[in-house]
Amino acid sequence: MSATFSIYIFLLAEGTGVASPGGLISALYVFALAAFLGYQVISRVPPLLHTPLMSATNAISAISVVGSILTAGGKYSDVSRFLGFIAVVSAMINVVGGFMITDRMLKMFKDKIGGGAKDAKEGGR
Amino acid sequence: MNFYVIEFSYLLASILFIFGLKSLSHPKTARQGMNMAAAGMLVAIVGTMLHHEIISYTWIIVGLLIGGLIGAAMSIWMPMTAMPQRTALSHAFGALAASLVGIAEYYQHVVHEQGTMSSFKMTAIGFEVLFGSLTVTGSLMAFAKLQEMMRGTPITYKGQNVVNVLLFATAAVIFIYLIYDPTRSTLFYVMVGLSFLFGILLVMPIGSADMPVVMSLMNSYAGLASAATGFAIDNKVLIIAGTLDGFSGFILSILMCKAMNRSVTNVLFGAFGSASTDAGTVVEGTMREISSEDVAVQLAYARQVVFVPGYGMATAQAQHAVRELAEALQHKGVNVKYAIHPVAGRMPGHMNVLLAEANVPYSQLYELEQINPEMQATDVAVVIGANDVVNPDARDNPKSPIAGMPIIEVDKAQNVVVLKRGKGKGFSGLENPLFFKSNTGMLYGDAKSSLSKLAQDVQQA
Repeated sequence: MSATFSIYIFLLAEGTGVASPGGLISALYVFALAAFLGYQVISRVPPLLHTPLMSATNAISAISVVGSILTAGGKYSDVSRFLGFIAVVSAMINVVGGFMITDRMLKMFKDKIGGGAKDAKEGGR
Repeated sequence: MNFYVIEFSYLLASILFIFGLKSLSHPKTARQGMNMAAAGMLVAIVGTMLHHEIISYTWIIVGLLIGGLIGAAMSIWMPMTAMPQRTALSHAFGALAASLVGIAEYYQHVVHEQGTMSSFKMTAIGFEVLFGSLTVTGSLMAFAKLQEMMRGTPITYKGQNVVNVLLFATAAVIFIYLIYDPTRSTLFYVMVGLSFLFGILLVMPIGSADMPVVMSLMNSYAGLASAATGFAIDNKVLIIAGTLDGFSGFILSILMCKAMNRSVTNVLFGAFGSASTDAGTVVEGTMREISSEDVAVQLAYARQVVFVPGYGMATAQAQHAVRELAEALQHKGVNVKYAIHPVAGRMPGHMNVLLAEANVPYSQLYELEQINPEMQATDVAVVIGANDVVNPDARDNPKSPIAGMPIIEVDKAQNVVVLKRGKGKGFSGLENPLFFKSNTGMLYGDAKSSLSKLAQDVQQA
């Protein structure tokens, strides 16, 4: 299984292109480790904060603005740069909007106000 | 030199993103952590500006400004009740960005320069464009349903699943062929078109009540599209952030499906909530209508009251009225709790955000597993615009379409009051035996005005 997989990876990387086999392998390492890390970190987020979690991850994945910037300003044809420009706009909507709305939501979550239930369980898992 | 500065800014951004998400494990640390993540984003953007490939900043600056302004405007003026719609839109924007970068790369190398691409790069761009495009249209469909620009019930036709599967298979075959021969630009555009179409067809048959799953899936796909962009342009921070987003959405989808005791496949292809559902018990008996004054007396002399909000609370914008009633009760010494079902509302955590907006402290919010053991000791359970999540048929009747779905067991409370707009059935079209039980009282009318009236009556009781 792993042998066929590595052959496949080799074939993919073998063509003419930017990614060297080493580059591809390190990218896959990053992907796999980020997946594990993501699983660990995100399963600790309580259901209480699932909506902010969604808008937070959305804001973070708007890091694709970085790719859009390089396309919009790079040595590309006009068509590609125009597409890049639209991409910058939409990614940036998520960057600014995502972080601001997440903060607006998180600001609202309060432990307690005045009297009320005393046996707080902190909305944990 | 610039290379190291840029790469270091990406590394720093990745670390700050992870810290940010880790901080979301508790509301107390969350804000600070997210500020760190935002700082990480700034670092990455500034770092990218130093890139030697950039020859002109005009489009970049204009784009950043326009996008930033729209994003800021949306987040300042958008009402909290529109959160599900905004989230659906933001998935569409994120996916659009990823998808366009992929198309631009392809156009540049294959069409403009008449060159070719390594199979690896084509694979990455293919995934990017497939996931990206279907998420754009899929999320826009979800947006239209949530905004009630189109009806929320599933739209189905004969052979729908066959059409969807064929469509997806065609796109997949084209994709594989493109890996083999990336120069076929017509096929590439056909693939893009097909995945845009697939996004529409995928969400069309899904009912509004299943939106929590759709939202989570779209969240996941948008992230995966960003991760694929990272592979395509060999950028590690994109891979990390995209993967985190992808996995977060994936975990949420699984949690949402578990909370409905259904599989992802069933949600996507089951067209649940269409009017055709016929199973479910034929319930005998009558629903007992109860007056606001009677409910107020019940509530005022209770020891413990549990509120169970559903999507009806969101549509009636009744969250502030709930909190006013809860405060009135607390003044009388009543112990007030809120029971939150994972799929109540239209997106994960929807009810929590609305109640937080109304200044309900989160220490009063309880999850399904926490509140169910307490139900017997609860004097009055007040159901506010929720239906399926409190339907005892899910537990008792194995033939029910929602059999096995974990419910909030309000039927075990001493008394149940159901706030409902009218006498009709709930979204899924199922009878709810809870409404016919002898200790259940139905309080008809708009939830917001009913609750405000109750708050006044409680103060006088």
